[in-house]
Amino acid sequence: MSFISGVGLTAFGKHEGRSTLDLMSEAAESALTDAGLKRRDIDGLLTGYSTTMPHLMLATVFAEHFGVQPSYAHAIQVGGATGLAMVMLAHELVEAGVAKTILVVAGENRLTGQARDSAMSTLAQVGHPDYEVPLGPTIPAYYGLLASRYMHDYGLTQKDMAEFAVLMRNHAMLHPGAQFRDPITVADVMASREISSPLKLLDCCPVSDGGAAFIISREPTGDHHVRIMGCGQAHLHQHVTAARSLSDVGAAVALSRAQAKAGVDPRSIKYAGIYDSFTITLAILIEELGLAKRGEAAARVRNGDFGIGGALPINTHGGLLSYGHCGCGGAMAHLVETQLQMTGRAGPRQVRDASLALLHGDGGVMSSHVSMFLERVR
Amino acid sequence: MSDTQLKGWTDGADAILYQSCAACRHLWYFRRGFCPSCGDASPQTHKASGKGVVYAATILRRAATPEAKAHVPYAILLVDMAEGFRMMAHGDNNLRLGDHVVAEFRPFTSLRTPYFVKT
Repeated sequence: MSFISGVGLTAFGKHEGRSTLDLMSEAAESALTDAGLKRRDIDGLLTGYSTTMPHLMLATVFAEHFGVQPSYAHAIQVGGATGLAMVMLAHELVEAGVAKTILVVAGENRLTGQARDSAMSTLAQVGHPDYEVPLGPTIPAYYGLLASRYMHDYGLTQKDMAEFAVLMRNHAMLHPGAQFRDPITVADVMASREISSPLKLLDCCPVSDGGAAFIISREPTGDHHVRIMGCGQAHLHQHVTAARSLSDVGAAVALSRAQAKAGVDPRSIKYAGIYDSFTITLAILIEELGLAKRGEAAARVRNGDFGIGGALPINTHGGLLSYGHCGCGGAMAHLVETQLQMTGRAGPRQVRDASLALLHGDGGVMSSHVSMFLERVR
Repeated sequence: MSDTQLKGWTDGADAILYQSCAACRHLWYFRRGFCPSCGDASPQTHKASGKGVVYAATILRRAATPEAKAHVPYAILLVDMAEGFRMMAHGDNNLRLGDHVVAEFRPFTSLRTPYFVKT
């Protein structure tokens, strides 16, 4: 058994003058406070990576800086899936008895800590160094390729994709920490400038500064009783050129593994936190995970199904698309929001019932997948 | 045609190479010294015909690097090649998914890269 006993999340956006360690520390302090713990209670530490502070030993650097001396610590790297992969590892470590109380933390000044061209070329390196990167692709180009094929195979349209951007913005408008809170319409998304066809500016998540943290513990440390039921991963390719399919990318495989561990039917979930680096990412994942039939996710958005008052609320904090994306911490915000929803602390965004939740993250170009089921325990 | 000394566009030659495994019949694009399916240590390297069908396509309005800015807008394609592997390449901006295409080689930044046109 393991529990998400504390969560911490900074606002995302511009944090001028603040470093990776500053943002990690702020998030970690909030998570500790939320769990009602002190630094000395932490016996395990997992961190992500930071493109503005590349280091061989980020976990140890952070441990020293923050002031913890854990019996188990290291960093891991799985791109955008890092956050959920860290939580899965913390869950497995706690279950195995390696540690009792693990701090999971990531943060980065990705927006203000480097030039935009530098951020773009760093990220494009997820492509193959010989067979892809020399052709000058960008991250939006990789996802533009995915979108072009998905539109061809399932009839998805640009207006359909725009619905996801509007949905995330509607949610972000209710969160004071979100990077983008001005209302947008499908027409605004359609009118935004093209970045890499068919994706336009508002189909793409922003680059942000921010941090997020969790306390994963063997027993609940306070009043927040959110249990990790089971997790699963899948890694079918790294490079989009080598992906055997652009619509069965590994999400369903990860989900079935998590389902086997958790012993739950995905159809019974009440809330979902789904990776949304681009509108097309969210459309493909919702459909591959079986939360909507192929080609029908956008119609479900139009019907209000994934909104705060809908049958299956998704990313009620605004997701990567509007809350923001600071690297490893980006998708951790989805889990912070899920924990807040499950413990009835989501304020104006509170959904009726979040007793059973599914989280799904991916890294690279739909390359690495992590699925996770959570339940609220009385 | 099979030769371990063959050069492809990633080596500066105007050619597209792929590999296959005599042991398990697997066929792939990214060059290695072994078969990624069965581990056989003597894969064969072949020169491709250059013919294929467009599988996915995007047109970049914003370049990845300062060197690529002069080429904007440029298309990035995934092409399913006649021999049975998939590759990334450049091509005409008006290509559509399913179009039958053939490779040429054109300058891009300081390189010559595969560029597909309709057949």
